[in-house]
Amino acid sequence: MEPILKVTDLSKSFSRAGKNEFFAVDHVSFEVMPGEILGIVGESGSGKSTIAKLITRQIDATTGTIEIDGQDITKLTGRQLIPVYAKVQMVFQTPAGSFDPRRTLGDGICESLRNKGISKVEREAKARGLLEQCGLSSEFLERYPHQVSGGQCQRAAIARALMCDPRILIFDEATSALDVTVQKQIIELLQQLQREKKLAYLFICHNLALVQQFCDKVLVLYDGKIVEYGLPDDVILYPQSEYARRLVDAIF
Amino acid sequence: MAVLLDYQHVEISFNGNAVVHDVSFQLHPGEILGLVGESGSGKSTLVKAAMGLLGSSGMVTRGDIWFEGKNLPDLSDNEMRHICGEKIGMIFQDCGASLSPIRTIGEQIMESMAAHRKVDVAAAKATAMELFDKLHFKDGERVWNSYPFELSGGMNQRAGIAIAMLMNPVILMADEPTSALDVAVQRQVVEEMLNVRKVFGTAIIIVTHDIGVVSAMADSILVLQEGHVMEYGKAKDVLENPQNAYTKKLLSAVPRLRRERL
Ligand SMILES: Nc1ncnc2c1ncn2[C@@H]1O[C@H](COP(=O)(O)OP(=O)(O)OP(=O)(O)O)[C@@H](O)[C@H]1O
Ligand SMILES: Nc1ncnc2c1ncn2[C@@H]1O[C@H](COP(=O)(O)OP(=O)(O)OP(=O)(O)O)[C@@H](O)[C@H]1O
Ligand SMILES: [Mg+2]
Ligand SMILES: [Mg+2]
Repeated sequence: MEPILKVTDLSKSFSRAGKNEFFAVDHVSFEVMPGEILGIVGESGSGKSTIAKLITRQIDATTGTIEIDGQDITKLTGRQLIPVYAKVQMVFQTPAGSFDPRRTLGDGICESLRNKGISKVEREAKARGLLEQCGLSSEFLERYPHQVSGGQCQRAAIARALMCDPRILIFDEATSALDVTVQKQIIELLQQLQREKKLAYLFICHNLALVQQFCDKVLVLYDGKIVEYGLPDDVILYPQSEYARRLVDAIF
Repeated sequence: MAVLLDYQHVEISFNGNAVVHDVSFQLHPGEILGLVGESGSGKSTLVKAAMGLLGSSGMVTRGDIWFEGKNLPDLSDNEMRHICGEKIGMIFQDCGASLSPIRTIGEQIMESMAAHRKVDVAAAKATAMELFDKLHFKDGERVWNSYPFELSGGMNQRAGIAIAMLMNPVILMADEPTSALDVAVQRQVVEEMLNVRKVFGTAIIIVTHDIGVVSAMADSILVLQEGHVMEYGKAKDVLENPQNAYTKKLLSAVPRLRRERL
């Protein structure tokens, strides 16, 4: 089987006027197989969101390559990325900012299918179904982003990401604004999609208990570098790196 | 003890639809109240109501919110300006949106401090740097000079915490202040909030989904579901001996770290 996502020697450096450039992501390599769930944990500022932005091509890599389903997408631009976004979708750390404030959540959620030329009736039916699976009534299609709570917006963003049946979903702290009962419902939905559709996930999350429950593998990032990569139980129960040990010890 | 902030039978509506119903609670000086509950149950709405931040379609349709002898929903925008930030500080759930995208963190800190009193730039920066350090920023100078887009989610969240805390408010309203932080940093932030309470007697309302954070901090807990109070009492009682079915469900759904192999 081919990995659905393969990242090789990926780096991103930022330079600031008068300062040395620094590597937010420092030569990382990993892969995700279809149906696999890879957790990424790491200190605040360690480069997790930057990795997500690199993979979804919102920013350009400094070194390395990104392959989606066997295709090198590192240098693709503009229209070339459209078929890629049918395979990779992302749920952002701050979901409110990812919806257009002047358009309803329904417009945002249905956009990817509208671009594919799917009828209004069909796409709205699908949106309603997904919203319901995320614990939101179809009434939310009509709402504007500022008219919903933090967790409701996050769930709308999850529904939007699922609309085009991607092969891999990147979650950047996408369940952190949810109370535990709703979080459980979302995790169950994700597990069902993983089983039925072999959907893979890159799951950026600081909740180690959730990572332990949900992920097949976990990668620990520190200062842009991978300091551990393995089975959740190995990493969490027997941390080798100083940072991972500190994380496990800090849990309330 | 004197009551600092008093919510009395508060109902809040958007476009005439009530989303918060008959909520009452009291906050005392130095008390930490944990506000927990379902996504969409009205937690952010409740804290925003005290700050006059419900937007054009939202309003307190019943009840009172008393603070220093004044009913907050009755105050004019001008009177509110003297209270917000200076007396009641707010850490927003969506920290990114509450920061200005076009000014550096340092500029924003100086601005919010200068809005209420005369400040000595060097002294203010030194105080900020000290707090940055306690909030576990590795390179405070860089954060001070950065725009929000140059910082990570958790760094922006901590910048928002710093801005609210530097004003030294009597009450700190913290809406999911640690949701974007890894556990090591989260612990540091919790400790700093406890420290502020100890040193300055700050009262805190903390909205959080993290039951671990609530149990580490809160003196009292209010559980909300669909805008109704499900349970309100001493933290220890609510956590150890919940009476309400929803509270029980909430506590049992908390994912716990397994410290042994299956
Ligand atoms: N556009 C940018 N310009 C300069 N520096 C940046 C930029 N974007 C990110 N950085 C820096 O890169 C580092 C990694 O940021 P990133 O957002 O990837 O962290 P993160 O692991 O997602 O953290 P968090 O858990 O707090 O969200 C941080 O030090 C951040 O300040
Ligand atoms: N401007 C608005 N117009 C209409 N309804 C609104 C508006 N703002 C919030 N609501 C609704 O009010 C209810 C309470 O929202 P609130 O943001 O207080 O929830 P919350 O408890 O903070 O949830 P979360 O944990 O998801 O952040 C929600 O059902 C939300 O959809
Ligand atoms: Mg991030
Ligand atoms: Mg909220």
